[in-house]
Order: sequence, then C-alpha cells, then structure tokens
Amino acid sequence: MASALINVPAKAKRGDIIEIKTLMSHIMETGYRHTASGEVVPRNIITSFTCRFNGTEIFRADLFPAIAANPFFTFFTTATESGKFEFEWTGDRGFSETASASITVE
Amino acid sequence: MGISHRISRRDFCRVGAAAAATAALPLPAFAQAAARVVVIGGGFGGASCARALKQIDPKLQVTLVEQSRTFTACPFSNNVVAGLRSIEQQQFGYDKIAASGVTVVVQAATAVDATARTVGLADGTSLPYDRLVLSPGIDLRFDVLQGYDEAAAAKMPHAWKAGEQTLLLRKQLEAMDDGGLVVVAAPANPYRCPPGPYERACLIAYYLKTKKPRSKLLILDAKDTFSKQRLFQNAWKELYPGMVEWVSLSQGGKVNGVDAATNTLITDFGNHTAQVANVIPPQRAGRIAMIAGATDKTGWCAIDPVTFESKSAPNIHVIGDACLAGSMPKSAFTANSQAKVCAHAIAALLSGRSPAAPKLINTCYSLAAPDYGISIAGVYQPKNGLLADVEGAGGVSPLDVPRDFRAREAHYAQTWFATITAEVFG
Repeated sequence: MASALINVPAKAKRGDIIEIKTLMSHIMETGYRHTASGEVVPRNIITSFTCRFNGTEIFRADLFPAIAANPFFTFFTTATESGKFEFEWTGDRGFSETASASITVE
Repeated sequence: MGISHRISRRDFCRVGAAAAATAALPLPAFAQAAARVVVIGGGFGGASCARALKQIDPKLQVTLVEQSRTFTACPFSNNVVAGLRSIEQQQFGYDKIAASGVTVVVQAATAVDATARTVGLADGTSLPYDRLVLSPGIDLRFDVLQGYDEAAAAKMPHAWKAGEQTLLLRKQLEAMDDGGLVVVAAPANPYRCPPGPYERACLIAYYLKTKKPRSKLLILDAKDTFSKQRLFQNAWKELYPGMVEWVSLSQGGKVNGVDAATNTLITDFGNHTAQVANVIPPQRAGRIAMIAGATDKTGWCAIDPVTFESKSAPNIHVIGDACLAGSMPKSAFTANSQAKVCAHAIAALLSGRSPAAPKLINTCYSLAAPDYGISIAGVYQPKNGLLADVEGAGGVSPLDVPRDFRAREAHYAQTWFATITAEVFG
C-alpha cells in the first residue's frame, strides 16, 4: 500500500526560499536478497521521483537499490508565483504514484 | 535453636578461615592484596554488581558510588503515571547493600582518571580502583529535538527517569479535561526499555477510559516497528477501541521538535497540539561514561561481550542501559544479568583466571491493563564480538489466548518486580 506524505507551505512571500518535504511508503526491495530456499527476492524499488511546479520540472531524483525503504526527500525552491506542485514517483512493477499541493504567493 | 546453632558454627568457621589467612601472610601484604572495585551507579546494574562481587569474593573491597540516597525504579513506573501505584512503592534504599559488606558512598562521581585508576567525587575526594564498573544508566539528550531542553521537559515531561518527572506526567493527566488529547512521542532505537512507550500508552489509555473516556491518545513514533508490536496493537483494539492511534515513522510520526509554549509537537508533515505531551527524547549513556572515555560516537559504550570491559577504556567495565549489548535490550532484567556476569568476570580477572563465556537472559513484562500482561524473553551469548540471540531460546506471549492467560502474566509481572527488587535491594 503506497501512500504519500507531502509538506508544502500553504503561503509564502514572493522570493522566499521554501522547504518541501515528501515521504513515499515503499518497500524498496534491493533485488540482492535471497529467500531461505535460495531464490532471489525480485527487485522492487522506486526508480524516479519528479516534482513539477505549474507544469515545469523543478526537481528530479533517480533512486537505486541502496536507498532505504520509505524514501524521504526534502529540498528547497524559491516561491515565484501562486500555483500547484505536482509530485510523481515511478518504479519497478509499473509502480506509479502522484500527489499535489498548492501554494499561494503574495 | 538448631538454626542459631548452625549460624554460630558457620560464623565460627568464617572467623577461623580469616584468622588462618591472616596468620599465613604478613598483615600489610594482606591488606594490599585485597583488590578494589569501584562501582558507579546504584540502579539495577550497579547495585546488583556490587552485591555480586562481594558474594563471589568477600575479600574484595567493593565501593558503590551513588548520588541519591533513594533509588526510584523505572519498571512499574508507568503504573504510577496512570495513578495505579504510589511512587513510594518504586523506591528502595541502600542499607541492606551496605550491610552486605559493600561500602556505599553517597556522592556524585565527577571524574575518572583511567591511567591513575581513580574516581573523583563531588566533594573533592578520590577513590582508587583496580577495576571500575560503570552502570550510570541513561542521560536524556536535550540537543536533538529542536526546542526540547530541560526547561521544556518541565512542561512536556519525558518521565523516562522515574521520580519527579513521573509525578509531573501523572499530575498533568489528572488536571486534563475529559476529551483532551494526550501525545506520547517515542524515540528511535536504541533507548531505555524498548516496550516502555507502548506500555505507557496502554496504561494512560486505561486511566483515560476509566476517568476521561472522551479523550484520545496519539503515539508519534520515530520507528516503523517496535517490541511486542502485534500484542500491543491487539491490546489497543481489544481494550481501548477508538482511543489509541499509532503514527509510525513512514506515516510521518517522527517528532523533530517541540514548541513548549503551546504544547505542540512538530513533525516533518504536521504539528500536533496536545493537552498532555509526553516527549521521550533520544538518549545516551550516563555522563560519567563519556568522562571516563568509554563512549563512542553513538553516545553509548562498546563492550567486550564476555567481560563487559570497555573497548576504549581499559580496566573499566560498562553494564546496563549505558552499554551497547548487541541484541540485548536495555532493561532492568538485562542490567541485573549483565551485573552478575561482569562481577564473575572481574573476580576471575583479578585472580588471574580467564573469564568463562557467559549466557545471559532477559525477560520483560508489560502491562496493557492492570490485569493484562504480555512478555518477551531472550537468551544471549557472545558471538563475533557482540551479544547475539540464542536461536530458538526465549519467546513472546502468544497472540490468541483467553484473558485469564493475560491475567496470569500480569501477576507474574508483579512477582517479577518483587523478586528482582528483593534480590538487588532487600
């Protein structure tokens, strides 16, 4: 069961540096582990995270097997105008999740 | 009459043996030969160790350094929080330990000189030792959660050292209106008493259900899993439906800071304003362990699993909550087990023998309600430089059993506390 947690300030002043936090629940199975009977546990990770603001990509990260379960990203951007942040996580086994949050810039 | 006869004969034998030993050696040499062991910290670890040393080798000069005249025990202190027990029932003195031949020094230890092998005390005096045992328990870290310092703890109690803080949390619960929100913030591992925050949640919920049934309890957790998890979660559902909510790390449960002025707990994804906020912060070994050079970058003490000797400070042993004991959880039972193993190892080392590889036991009872007990037990042995679980030994209370099973375990919990405190302090 995937689920996203998002923290975007609801309001900011134009030119403010704002912090954005995201957490996606995900097992992040490395593909390097074996079961008791010796079979490889298939890799199941998130491979890509993207953040767009009003349609323009402002942050992207590629993820790899060394990243722990439930990846947590925090990053900064400058508040330029009111609008919508859209977040997207994609990965193995067709994994795809989205979330969004709006900000009012005064 | 028979008993008094036996005692007097035994006393006679002891006097006879001592006299023979004295006669065999010149007196000054005999006095110097008695090795000196100083134990710092009079909790379950230190008090047990001092007593065990004296029992194993009555000739040892054993000094227990403890700054309080009264020890206030943490196990069962969640019952005090919930108003089910008085703080006096948690308190124990050192008279019997002194009577067993241990020199009890009521002073704070403020310095350790590992080269000169001396312990400095708050009154300026110093104690020489051949072997030093540190059992200082934990210090709460007031430098991790933003805004959570000692002043904040007077408003948002941790109650993770039994005493005034325990009573403060109880008073706040008593003063709270029905319908209030209680928040318990649980730290990441390692910390004192892994199941403690969840037992506390249960017993606070028991108080709320009994006295303030419209209230809610929220656990904000810096972890995704915890000790006896399914048993606790079942108990919340069974005993306190709709009252207890657990927010895990991956659900945004990790508390990063507080605003003491508004009783607010701050996480990465939201703030929670509580009527009563119980903030259990991250911890580290008691300060004297750092002063002695026995802590590593984690703030805890790495030890040899056979002797409990510090990996960084020779002739200094660390037991109880302060040490990193591999799979062994930080509990009173663990401290008591480690104390005995450490005492045997020290007695062996002081007489030139090599200590035997030990097996240690921990058992931990938690109460989900006064008549609802659950437990976990483990057996540990040294493996690859750490204390590792003995596979297949120990276990956890079963998930599906009738209530009388839980009631029996609650009774065992009571008798366990009576037994261990009688052994250590009685």
